[in-house]
Amino acid sequence: MAASCKSLYRCCQQSVCHLVARKLSSSRSVSPPPLHRRILLFLTQRFYDLEMLLSWRGQLRRKGIMRKNAYYDFTQRLYGSDIAAAFYILSLKGGFRFVGQSDWFRADQRGKFNWDFLNHKDTPLEEVDMSYTVINYRGLDNLEGQQSLRTLALRGCPEVDDWFLARLHVFEDSLEELDISHCPRITTGGLAALRNLKGLRRLDLSSLPGISSPGLVVILLEEMLPQCQIIATGYDYSIKQHGGEEEVQR
Amino acid sequence: MSAWRRLHVKVRRAHGLFTSRRVTEQYTWMYGPSTLGQNLSTGKPLRNDFFKELEAQLAAMRKKAADALPGSSWSPFDINPNLPPERADIVIIGGGVMGWSIAYWLKQKERVREGVKVIVVERDLTYSQASTVLSAGGIRQQFSLPENIHLSLASADFMRNINEHLGVLNEDPVDLQFNQSGYLFLASEEVAHIMEENYSTQRQVGAKVTLLSPTQLKEKFPWINTDGVALASYGLENEGWFDPWSLLNAFRRKAMSMGVIQCCGEVTDFKYTVSMMTSPGGDPVVYKRINSVKVQMPKGLEYQMVECAIVVNAAGAFSGKLAEMLGISSNPKDTIAGTPVPVEPRKRYIYVVHCPDGPGLDTPFLIDYSGMYFRREGLGGNYITGASPKEADEPDTSNLEVDHQFFEDSVWPRLAYRVPAFEKLKVTSAWAGFYDYNTFDQNGIIGDHPVINNMYFATGFSGHGLQQSPAAGRAVAELILDGNFKTLDMRGLGFRRIMAQEPILERNIL
Repeated sequence: MAASCKSLYRCCQQSVCHLVARKLSSSRSVSPPPLHRRILLFLTQRFYDLEMLLSWRGQLRRKGIMRKNAYYDFTQRLYGSDIAAAFYILSLKGGFRFVGQSDWFRADQRGKFNWDFLNHKDTPLEEVDMSYTVINYRGLDNLEGQQSLRTLALRGCPEVDDWFLARLHVFEDSLEELDISHCPRITTGGLAALRNLKGLRRLDLSSLPGISSPGLVVILLEEMLPQCQIIATGYDYSIKQHGGEEEVQR
Repeated sequence: MSAWRRLHVKVRRAHGLFTSRRVTEQYTWMYGPSTLGQNLSTGKPLRNDFFKELEAQLAAMRKKAADALPGSSWSPFDINPNLPPERADIVIIGGGVMGWSIAYWLKQKERVREGVKVIVVERDLTYSQASTVLSAGGIRQQFSLPENIHLSLASADFMRNINEHLGVLNEDPVDLQFNQSGYLFLASEEVAHIMEENYSTQRQVGAKVTLLSPTQLKEKFPWINTDGVALASYGLENEGWFDPWSLLNAFRRKAMSMGVIQCCGEVTDFKYTVSMMTSPGGDPVVYKRINSVKVQMPKGLEYQMVECAIVVNAAGAFSGKLAEMLGISSNPKDTIAGTPVPVEPRKRYIYVVHCPDGPGLDTPFLIDYSGMYFRREGLGGNYITGASPKEADEPDTSNLEVDHQFFEDSVWPRLAYRVPAFEKLKVTSAWAGFYDYNTFDQNGIIGDHPVINNMYFATGFSGHGLQQSPAAGRAVAELILDGNFKTLDMRGLGFRRIMAQEPILERNIL
């Protein structure tokens, strides 16, 4: 019963969407944005105030990300760069492992973490997991001193882009494993910068939506990094089928 | 108009014929068949017509009156909608990436909405011959002048956050298609010491560059022939190449969304006032102040005089010619007013070659000490390459035709020598573009002219205008709106050095 209700509701919602879409008649052929977005669009085209508010919202969002990725200067001066890096990672809800230890320090879902890492002064980090965090180019400042970093996981980070990848050259001597799967802003232009990481042994590139021809890119990357194992799943390599569909459409 | 009137008369005549027949039937029993009665009777329906028309005409009049009220765009004269407005605060001549960048920064820095009225005048909106879109599109920090390194670093920072700057609400985000591959400069024995000095300047300013010995070079790029290379410098960060058209369009879209007016036309004349002053030495100095700019429409003889307070000369390769219109170079050479703007167009060829055995994804933007350069284009084994010719055999700049012999003679031998894989290649296409070459010292001119006190220059970048445009545009906007440079000190790149005949030369390894 509940399921049928839900489907009915979805049907109604869709039909409303279609109606509004027809009225606004946008020229783009891609799937239309949700209803509230389109109402906002309609209003911003008529009212400067709303445009202003929306741009403020965007600015606030960016400022928040910038604040989270700020340089931990104070911590660095008090405790040294290793503790500062550890603190930065934990406050972004990431996880890490010190050199010569087997257990990981991680922040939980609500951002709470164990402060015991303060006891490990001057111990560099060996593995860092920043998956699903808002780490960006600026935040790399905090990790720059980690010269023995071997594993870096950046799975599904919305702010990791090509410039971030270009800056990974700071770990060029030590980094062996890199996971950049599911990052929406990475494109082929950024992957070319991975050539500086000559010690890379394992690279995960699964499901990057910004890459246009993944098959070719993976081959070129394998050529560029011969001793690196490249994992690229989640792509549709079936070129033949795609061409067939196009023909049917014509 | 006359045709319409004729039609009207015809209709009336037809109408009259029709009614008169009906009326004659009615009135013949009273007056008999007389011509007079016929004439009289035709008057009545005509008057009816008049009142009917009156209603329609009144409605039209009301509409016209409503149109003529303030706030509507109607005007009694037939006006070409493409004409620029009669008055503006700042006219930017040249709608290349530099011009649009200045326009964007002017709007960005204004305190209130519509605080400054900015017009960008561009000759060719298809940009078919523009230097911006015909360039190779690279950005590097490997300069020797701190000013250039600063400009380039600031521009890279701008491009990193391009969507914060140039993103327009409810539009697609800007995609520069930036390729993060560093520049690789190769130096021979004679110029290796210059490269070392440049390297220390670059590190000092904050660019991430590393030096490589021939052995390290061979290890890092095994496909390079290192014969003759004594030292190489390789950019690790903030270097690469991008799509110039995307950057130009992003600037233009954002600036126009902020209220900059784009105008298609050519500036053919200036109206200026002249005032005489004497210098401390007692020599007379002629000061000029531009009052208005004559903008000629692309087709026909139509033109518009645009009254303005400030003119920005961002015409790239043709900015020298533009300055000549103000009589700058017609004066005797040794006076201040006689200092010409030392910018002239130079033609450079870019060849697209296909080479399946080429170096692939790890191709840097390689610049050889012989002047040859190449970079990757896309992923399909295409490369673009070129070389700077010797000063003596500069090609003719009257057209944009490509000299394929130049590739055979000067580019290919060097290319194949440096990278043996390029011995087998196919030229798939080629184009030529203009370079705004500064004959004085091959560096940009940012700042105001000493004797034309409301003309600002942003020109003469000699090939690195595209990569420095975001920061240079900001510098010019600061100079205009704030009166001096706020973020980057660009006084060294001003006009003063040309007057004093003190070139600040880039210490190149080429």
